[in-house]
Amino acid sequence: MSAFPATSLIVTAIFLLCLATMAAGALIAVLSTRLIRSVCGLALCCLGLAGLYYFLHSPFLALMEILIYVGAVCVTIAFAVMLAGPNEPADAEKPGARLVWGGLALAAAAGIFWGLTRLGARAQWPAPEALPESGSLEAIGVSLLTTYALAFELISLVLLVAILGALAIARPGRRGA
Amino acid sequence: MNPVPLYDQLPVYLVAAAFLLAVGIYGLLRRRTLIGMLISGELIFAGASLNLMAFNRFAVRDQAVGQVFVLFLLGLAAAEIAIALSIIVAVYRNYRSVGTRELAELQG
Repeated sequence: MSAFPATSLIVTAIFLLCLATMAAGALIAVLSTRLIRSVCGLALCCLGLAGLYYFLHSPFLALMEILIYVGAVCVTIAFAVMLAGPNEPADAEKPGARLVWGGLALAAAAGIFWGLTRLGARAQWPAPEALPESGSLEAIGVSLLTTYALAFELISLVLLVAILGALAIARPGRRGA
Repeated sequence: MNPVPLYDQLPVYLVAAAFLLAVGIYGLLRRRTLIGMLISGELIFAGASLNLMAFNRFAVRDQAVGQVFVLFLLGLAAAEIAIALSIIVAVYRNYRSVGTRELAELQG
C-alpha cells in the first residue's frame, strides 16, 4: 500500500521498460552484422536483465550482473573484436539457401519459445511462503562461507585455471615475443 | 486493477527467459563468426540465470540458494568467456579469420 495512487502504474512501467531493454538488446546482439554492435546489444540486454533481477528482490545480483557482464565480459569481447576482425564475413550462401536455413533456424527458435511459454503458463508451480530475511545480502554471505564454502573455493580455483589457460593459449603465437 | 502486479507473476519471467533462450539458439544457428556465436551463448546463459532467479523468488523457501547459484553461474560464465576468447584469438592468428566457414581443416 502506498500513499501515491499511481505508484503501482509507474513501477509496472519501469518493469516493462526493463523487459523491453532486455528484448531489444538480445535482438540487436543476434541480428546486427557488425560485431561491435552485437557486443553493445549484449551490454544493453544485461542492463535490462539487471533491472529484472532488481524486481526479483535481489539488488545485489543486479549490481553483480552489471559489474561482471557489462563491466568485464562485454569489454573483453570488445577487445577480442578489436584483435580478430570487426565484421561478419560476406554472405556466401545463395539467396534461396539463405532463406531456407534462416527459416529453419527461426522455426527452431520459435518452437522452443512456444513450447517453453506454454509449459510456463500452464504448469502449477508450488508457491511456498518465503522465509523472512532469507534473501538478504547478509544471508547470502553467510551461506557462501558456510553451506557453499567448498563450491566457493572451487570457483576461485576454476577462475585461476581459466586465467592461466587463457594466457597459455593466447600467448605463444605472438610475433616478436 | 489487477490485484497481482505484472512484476510479481512467475510466468512473465519464464516467458522472458524462454525468449532469451530462443534468441540465443537462433543466433547460434545463424551466426557466421565465432565471436557472434559466443555472444549468442552468453544470451542463453542469461536466460538460464533469469529462470533460476525467477524460481528462487517464487517457488523456494530459502531465498539465498538461487542467488548463490546464479553468482556461481556468473563466475563460470566469466571463466568460459576468458578461455573462449583466448581460443578465438589463437584461431585468428592461425587462420587470419574467425568465420566458421573457413575453419575447415579437418573436413575431408
